[in-house]
Amino acid sequence: MQANMVTAINNALELGMRSDENIVLLGEDIGKDGGVFRVTEGLLDKFGEQRVMDTPLAESGILGASVGMALAGLHPVPEIQFAGFMFLGFGQLVNHAARYRSRTRSSFPVPMVVRTPVSGGIRTLEHHSESPEAYYSHMGGLIVVEPSTPYDAKGLMLRAMKMNDPVVFLEPTKLYRLFKQDIPEDAYEVEIGKADITRKGEALTVISYGTMMPIVKDVVAKKGVDAEIIDLRTINPLDEKTILESAKKTGRVVIVHEASLSFGVGAEVAARIAEKAIFELDAPIVRVASPSLPYPFPGYEKYYLPNAMKISQAIDRVMEA
Amino acid sequence: MEQRAFEGEIEYIQVMDETGNVDQSLFPKDLDDQKILEMYKYMLFARANDAKTLSLQRQGRAVTYAPLLGEEATQIGSAYAMRKQDIFVPNFRQHGVFLMRGLPLEWMYLYWRGYEEQLPKDVNGEAIIVPVATQMPHAVGMAYAQTYKKKDAVVIVYVGDGGTSEGDFYEALNFAGVWKVPLVVIIENNQWAISLPRGKQSAAKTLAQKAFAAGIGGVQVDGNDVIAVYKATKDAIDKAKTGPTVVECVTYRLGMHTTADDPTKYRPDAEVEIWERRDPLARVKAYLVRKGLWNDQMEKETSEQQSKEIDDAVERAEQFKEDPRSIFTNVYSFVPQTLQDELDDAEKNNFWQEGGK
Ligand SMILES: Cc1ncc(C[n+]2csc(CCOP(=O)(O)OP(=O)(O)O)c2C)c(N)n1
Ligand SMILES: [Mg+2]
Repeated sequence: MQANMVTAINNALELGMRSDENIVLLGEDIGKDGGVFRVTEGLLDKFGEQRVMDTPLAESGILGASVGMALAGLHPVPEIQFAGFMFLGFGQLVNHAARYRSRTRSSFPVPMVVRTPVSGGIRTLEHHSESPEAYYSHMGGLIVVEPSTPYDAKGLMLRAMKMNDPVVFLEPTKLYRLFKQDIPEDAYEVEIGKADITRKGEALTVISYGTMMPIVKDVVAKKGVDAEIIDLRTINPLDEKTILESAKKTGRVVIVHEASLSFGVGAEVAARIAEKAIFELDAPIVRVASPSLPYPFPGYEKYYLPNAMKISQAIDRVMEA
Repeated sequence: MEQRAFEGEIEYIQVMDETGNVDQSLFPKDLDDQKILEMYKYMLFARANDAKTLSLQRQGRAVTYAPLLGEEATQIGSAYAMRKQDIFVPNFRQHGVFLMRGLPLEWMYLYWRGYEEQLPKDVNGEAIIVPVATQMPHAVGMAYAQTYKKKDAVVIVYVGDGGTSEGDFYEALNFAGVWKVPLVVIIENNQWAISLPRGKQSAAKTLAQKAFAAGIGGVQVDGNDVIAVYKATKDAIDKAKTGPTVVECVTYRLGMHTTADDPTKYRPDAEVEIWERRDPLARVKAYLVRKGLWNDQMEKETSEQQSKEIDDAVERAEQFKEDPRSIFTNVYSFVPQTLQDELDDAEKNNFWQEGGK
């Protein structure tokens, strides 16, 4: 089937719900309205109000109730309308979803998949463009995934709905409808914790994920440089093996993400390479990211987001070193 | 033993009905026809502004916008009751309140073009806040500070029907009750929170009664009746020294939630038509016309003059040239060296030259 990321996730949710009646969806405007991005379109009609719930406007309530449902044998898939509003339920996620299993030495796992749109570039109001993957990964206890293609989105979602863990499923709004792919009609899974080498190369390694993936691919193609491109897909746990193998092979690494530079995923990836492969590098690792400041209002976002020129210069820098 | 542990009731107030008839026994003593006329002009102005921003958005000259259409009486009536020194705390739909408080139109057009710039201090209003209801605890803290600094100012905070479901709403009311701060909470109940109707937002019969749980008073008014809204807000401000009040204004969101929303997906036209007949402007106009204080010619002239003001403001806003450096220099009270390095890097390497492509 031809699918963009919206229809791919919608399809995954439907298949998941058909195969497991413990899966329920809840969130603001996900039912009748089909979600503000239409990801849950049609699911209310197909599964009814008991399994697709339009909730009151309360993020802590949505996430806390989901934790409770998971503890009592359901497998909730809550939606938080935008990642910027997930912070209102941050405590439920990091204090409870992330911790219940270890708090009870695995007597109480918390199987749930928290879906939320992330990242910017769509010229909208404050708190609609955050890239919060590092916050959720830092804790330990939460699995964090972020697809950049419809194929991966469907496969990762189907996998996430089968795991006995809390998964934070980040959906880059910019990529929701950016392009279509031909994907299998039936259920399939994409492994969580496994990065994807989207291009084999020898000259350098470019590690990225989410909104930056299409730009990275484009820059590499335009420059004609023999880069190996890695799409992390899962932020936590990191696929360190794939990262290290590539870094050792090429000896040059650029890490690209939309989230701001300081204390981000790039720092984690760079640190692991530095710890375990520094003597095999030919150049210092370079990170490309948004500046270390809050996501600006839309008039300024073009000065904030990493663009092709910034990525291109970074590649030149590691190649010339 | 059995006895009643709590008693409370919520009054509903309407002063001017849908045809413009006034219940004299409820008519506020400090209001007169000139003031009603003034409020009416502001309501017209708010509506004209709203239509303009909406049309700019449709032409790609504004970002996602949340229209106030239908909620003019709630906003203008409450704002008219504020004194100069009072402070208002909006959520994101209170353009009419900003207008009445004298925020330069140009600022609003800048904001909705995508530029947050400095807020003029004398407006005594806080920033537009997008995360629903998170402004509520701020308002309580600000009200506390008024008492602490011995200022004769009341804080008026706005929140939607949807917002009353958030934890921050309840936490704020509870603090306000315990601290007895000079606070007025205006619940702008426009019946919808995006696609969720009021009936699914809360099982409570009124939203005003949520005040009881915090030990404070609440009242419900016809939010399309500018006089009732004025009266309830004024009364609440007058007694704010003795503690907070919740004023639930029952109004209706006639338009879409925001320009990104399609309400035909979730609500019947028939419901909208009922509320169109309860238009907050029409009844005031009927009243003023009957009194011989207003006519179509005056309305035409007022609208023309307001349009001109609006167009001038839009023009000024569109001449604004942003300074990318400002997103780096307004993060802290100083610019840390590491951030300065990021700024220098962007400038030196021309990252901005592409303009984000
Ligand atoms: C904390 C939070 N969650 C979700 C949203 C997305 N959102 C924006 S407005 C809105 C509905 C708000 O309803 P209400 O409080 O009734 O105000 P209204 O829009 O009707 O003025 C939602 C869910 C948000 N802005 N903030
Ligand atoms: Mg509402």
